[in-house]
Amino acid sequence: MSRSFDLLLVGVMLLNFLVLGTSRIRVCIQAAALQGVLLGLLPLLVHRSFDWRTGLVAAGTLAVKGLVIPSLLLKAMRDVQIRREVEPHLGFVASLFLGGIGTGLALLFAGGLPLAPEHDGSLVVPASLATLLAGFLVLTTRRKAITQVVGYLLLENGVFVFGLLLLEAMPFLVEVGVLLDLFVAVFIMGIVLDHIRAEFSSLDTERLAELKE
Amino acid sequence: MPALVLVALPFAAAVVAALLRSDRARAALLPATATLHLALTAVALLHRVELKPGVWLQLDALGAVVLGVLSGLFFLAALYAPGYLALRSDRPNRVFCVGLLGFLGGATLLVLAQHLGLMWVALEATTLSTGPLIYFNKNPRSIEATWKYLMIGSVGVALALLGSLFVGYAAYLGGHDVSLVFRSLLDEAPRLSRPWLRAGFVFLLVGYGTKIGVAPLHSWKPDAYGEAPGLVGMLLAGGMTSAAFLALMRVYRIVAAAGEGAFARELLLALGVLSLATAAVFMVRQRDLKRLLAYSSVEHMGLLLIGVGIGGAGVFGALFHLVNNAFTKGVLFLALGNIHRAYGGKTLDEVTGALRRLPLSAGLFLAGFFAVTGSPPFGPFMSELTILTAAFSAGRLLLAAAILALLAAVFLGMGGTVLAALQGEPPPEPVREAFRDTPSRTIPIVLALGVVLLLGLTIPAPLRSLLTTAATDLGGKGLP
Repeated sequence: MSRSFDLLLVGVMLLNFLVLGTSRIRVCIQAAALQGVLLGLLPLLVHRSFDWRTGLVAAGTLAVKGLVIPSLLLKAMRDVQIRREVEPHLGFVASLFLGGIGTGLALLFAGGLPLAPEHDGSLVVPASLATLLAGFLVLTTRRKAITQVVGYLLLENGVFVFGLLLLEAMPFLVEVGVLLDLFVAVFIMGIVLDHIRAEFSSLDTERLAELKE
Repeated sequence: MPALVLVALPFAAAVVAALLRSDRARAALLPATATLHLALTAVALLHRVELKPGVWLQLDALGAVVLGVLSGLFFLAALYAPGYLALRSDRPNRVFCVGLLGFLGGATLLVLAQHLGLMWVALEATTLSTGPLIYFNKNPRSIEATWKYLMIGSVGVALALLGSLFVGYAAYLGGHDVSLVFRSLLDEAPRLSRPWLRAGFVFLLVGYGTKIGVAPLHSWKPDAYGEAPGLVGMLLAGGMTSAAFLALMRVYRIVAAAGEGAFARELLLALGVLSLATAAVFMVRQRDLKRLLAYSSVEHMGLLLIGVGIGGAGVFGALFHLVNNAFTKGVLFLALGNIHRAYGGKTLDEVTGALRRLPLSAGLFLAGFFAVTGSPPFGPFMSELTILTAAFSAGRLLLAAAILALLAAVFLGMGGTVLAALQGEPPPEPVREAFRDTPSRTIPIVLALGVVLLLGLTIPAPLRSLLTTAATDLGGKGLP
């Protein structure tokens, strides 16, 4: 694992904080898109030599995570005319704070797990877990359906980062898993978002609160 | 080869359903496909062969149990479906039929998959194909349920992927040829990296546990089961949960083979008891009958985890309970579906005196209630007894006492709501045009109840030997 690889991972982790700390949904989506682009570059740095399969994973990730899904979300955002996440269940400062704690815990937890010699000292495991936690935080504390989808994207990105460790050893699992999961899930969520909008003429999941005990 | 056909059949039928133009033809395709699937399943169960190393689609004993349940349950649902869809002929059923068949295909693939990654892909497929089924009623409540189902389900599936990757890394660190085929993972189990395996199991437990719907990961369940049509509820509560349980058991087997069985069993027990307690609390004064059944599902999934957590004959009890629970849920959800149609509602505000308004369906629902709460002479009584006996003979008296107390609480809580709905005078004016019990809407329920009753009286010898083999594979043992 090279130095530039770890630098990209630091970038991925910083973008988590951008998503956690902003109320502007456009910024959220753009940060997730940029994270997608960074993730697309990562597989190219794992391999010493370039081969077409890695190229495919990189290109696919870049296209889906960096371009397709963000533009779908931006379009949904324009259609319903919402710009800001208002009154999330957890404030932005508190979110940042928890995100920081999560990153610290991820570093601690990763320190307790053994790594193969060729992965030693890399930031993959903490970056993966920190992104996963940030995504989970966004998913559970935001009210707007679009922001929740961004949270899900981050969560998926965390899984993808860990997959990089196994890209050479078991390419099938990583490629199929990450890309299929992401694309299909967001595709379906896009349809559901559409129906929510038609039904409630807003994308606020607070309105989805009829089913309770 | 038969394995491949079993998986391909439902997917091919789903494509045909998507292309067909007539709603009635599509509805008729369901029982046709289900019958063929059941016949193929019977052939596969009767001619089970030794597992071959390296083959990704094969039927082992555990798979055989769940495949039989899945195919049988889908057959009953498909018998019921044309009559139900004819009632709802005001809405197109293309997406619904494609979703049902896609679910059958995905779940069959899950059961047959002998590869950690493939199994995960199959679970993802079943999750996505069941989303539109919950949305069938296309009202604000059902979209809320669908959104929660997809959101929570997708997070669960994503965590399961991470868990699978962790197990993969455990194998990678263990050296040797890295393969995620279960047979080779089992053979190499002692060499897998323990910390990664433990972390992987925790993530997989959370991920697959979300799909199984055990507390505290069950929050989607009352909404999804509450808003979905009865026959979808039946397939989710009997089919999807059983398939996800199988997925968890496949991972558990590897963890146990690696020598971390005790760690895993403690976690299973904790989630199991918590599920039982959660169900008992939320069933009290529950006015919505479908949500009541959802909590019953949480309870019974908890019992499955407890059975495996106890070990020994408890594993046999858990697998036997899986079969009983699936068919009992078939009785309950279909009978409640009829009641729902007759009253135009599913809460105690609308439903009273169902035994008078709809004697057959309500009578079957009552029988289902006694079965699901573990009353003799039905199957769940026998399997719950097996699990309890195993707890006593393992010396876990406190656990056994807790289970008994919680089961009693569930019986009382559930009974209060069920009896209030069935007894008394029906409201004077039928809300819709008179809905009566017809053979097409009741025969599937009678068949399901017949299975539950038969299993309570005797376990057929082939099933007994199958359950014993599957239990032994999971480190347990058969009935003494």
